[in-house]
Formats: sequence, C-alpha cells, structure tokens
Amino acid sequence: MTEPAPTSPPPEDRTTDDPLVIGGISFTSRLITGTGGAPSLEVLEDALVASGTQLTTVALRRIDPSASGSLLDVIDRVGARVLPNTAGCYTAQEAVLTAKLARDAFETDWVKLEVIGDDRTLLPDAAELLDAAEQLVDDGFVVLPYTTDDPVVARRLAAIGCAAVMPLGSPIGSGSGIRNPYNLAIIREQVDVPVILDAGIGTASDAALAMELGCDAVLLATAVTRAQDPVRMATAMRLAVEAGRLARRAGRIPRKLYAEASTSFDGMPQLVPPVGDGGATAASRDDGGS
Amino acid sequence: MQVTVNGEATEVDDGATIADLVDGHLPSPRGVAVAVNAEVVPRSTWPDVALHDGDRVELLTAAQGG
Repeated sequence: MTEPAPTSPPPEDRTTDDPLVIGGISFTSRLITGTGGAPSLEVLEDALVASGTQLTTVALRRIDPSASGSLLDVIDRVGARVLPNTAGCYTAQEAVLTAKLARDAFETDWVKLEVIGDDRTLLPDAAELLDAAEQLVDDGFVVLPYTTDDPVVARRLAAIGCAAVMPLGSPIGSGSGIRNPYNLAIIREQVDVPVILDAGIGTASDAALAMELGCDAVLLATAVTRAQDPVRMATAMRLAVEAGRLARRAGRIPRKLYAEASTSFDGMPQLVPPVGDGGATAASRDDGGS
Repeated sequence: MQVTVNGEATEVDDGATIADLVDGHLPSPRGVAVAVNAEVVPRSTWPDVALHDGDRVELLTAAQGG
C-alpha cells in the first residue's frame, strides 16, 4: 500500500504564529529586501514577489527625467512597505536631512539609517550614526540603524530608542557572510529590540545562519539582485530565512566532540561467534557499535 | 531669474513657486521631495514657497537602493 506523500503546511501556517514586530507593525515575513542592483524593474518585481518580502528599501536620489517605469509602482504592486534609506550619507547632518526628505516624499516616518565612515569598506561611522539616530528618534522617526557588529554600539542605539538594530554580517555587497557570529549572538542577548542582520549575505546558508544565531530578520539586496538568477535566489532566501527561524525556535542539539549513538544497543542480536571463538574482529565488534 | 535645479542652471519666472517648478518638471508629484538651499520644503507648503534668484533646488524621488 502506498502511503500518501507527506505534505508541508503552507507558508502562512508556518509564519503567522511567529510575527516580526517592528515599531508596532507586524510582519509575517522575516526577509527584508533591498532594491539596489537589479538589472531591471521587471526582474526586481519578480524577485520581490518570490522573496515574499513585506518591507523593502529605496534610496532618495535626484529625479532622472529619462527613467522609465516607477519603482514605487513596483513596490505598490508587490504590496510591500517602503523603507527609505540614507545610503551615501557620511555625516549625521546629511543623513537627518535625507530622512526628512524621504518622509516627505514617501509619507513614512520609517528610515533605514546609514551613515558611512569609509568609502572602501562602507563601514558605519558609529559616532555620526548615534548622533543621527538620536536626532531622528527625537523627531518621531522609526529608526532602523545599519551598524557594526559591536554589541556596545548596538546597545546604545537601542537605548536611544531605535526600533531595531541592524548589525552587518560583513561589508555591504561583499557576499562574505557572517564574519563574527559570536558578536551577533551577544547582540541578540543584550538588546530588547529586533536584531536584523544587514549586509554581507552572499547565499542562502548565510541567511539561515543569521536566523539560527537568533537574528529576528535578514535584510539583503545584492545577494538576490546580482545573482545569476535573481528570482530563484529570492526564493532560496525566503526558504532559508524560514528554515533558520524554525531551527532557532526548535532548539538545536548541543555540539559535542564525540559521537552519541542514536540507535539503542538494547536487543542487539548475536550475529558473530562469542568472544574467544571468533578472533579479534568479532571481539572488537562486541565492545561497541554505532 | 535663475535657479539651480539638480545641479543645472534653470530659468524660472519671477514669483514662481516650488509648486510651479514641480508641475513644470514632473508628470506627477507622487514620491517627490524638494530641498531648497539644503532645507526640506514640505509638500504642503509648495504652493506658498516662492523661489529666489540663485536658489539651489533639489528635486528627489525613489531610486533603487539597498
């Protein structure tokens, strides 16, 4: 008799009991996507749909009269919420002004706060970041700061009133994954707001690892938009974030140096001659198993 | 008079407002923000804010970004 194929519950059943809450807004998807780097708006739209994202970043730039199609229309059709960023800002003053312009343009007080301190690594400038975060929180913004993986800076951002902290895994666009998993685990322990792994994701296993370490969400852009097949990679990332989250909640087994048999020795049959009659091979088998 | 719009010298009528400039440059004001001389000009005030000779205007909107 053929057994029915095992069925997995639909995605909504796996995620609705475990929402991500940022600034009082509830999300069933824990994958936040950036829109940068896509070869076209058509590919971007398909990738956003495949990712299942409900929150996606945009930048604020000078109007390009030659641009065809509207990024905001794409995001509307996908049904995601817009998260403006302050990419390219090197000072608190510039980042705060950019956030205020984005608020006026997109009618949202959410901001992915980036204040970069170095043009080669694109690492955050912690001093400028803290300054900008404080000004924006005071002005009523829901601030999601892109930060280093330094637990002390993360704690200070949370103390200022940021709605989440977004430590990097490795430099923006590097695809190098998570260089310091220990720091991420420490940050998760030390702040009460959501921890969102932002930057450095290269492939699906990086995203799953971030979630297994306890991150509440993953933000990625180029890992999908610059993959050879962005739509397929977007699907992979959606599944990886879900899998990592489920694994985290399930509670992994501890790591051990030596083996621990999963099969009981109880009821083991005697299939070789008893010790003394069968030589060394039988004797050693009688001493242990797998 | 002359103002600078996104880095380019642009002639505008005397007494022109931000709203006039946006209407003249863009099919729709949706998703647009305006800064004049590095200050935000809120959307609700566009019809009331007059441009002045030499103003540096930034017309901004959504672009792809991470």
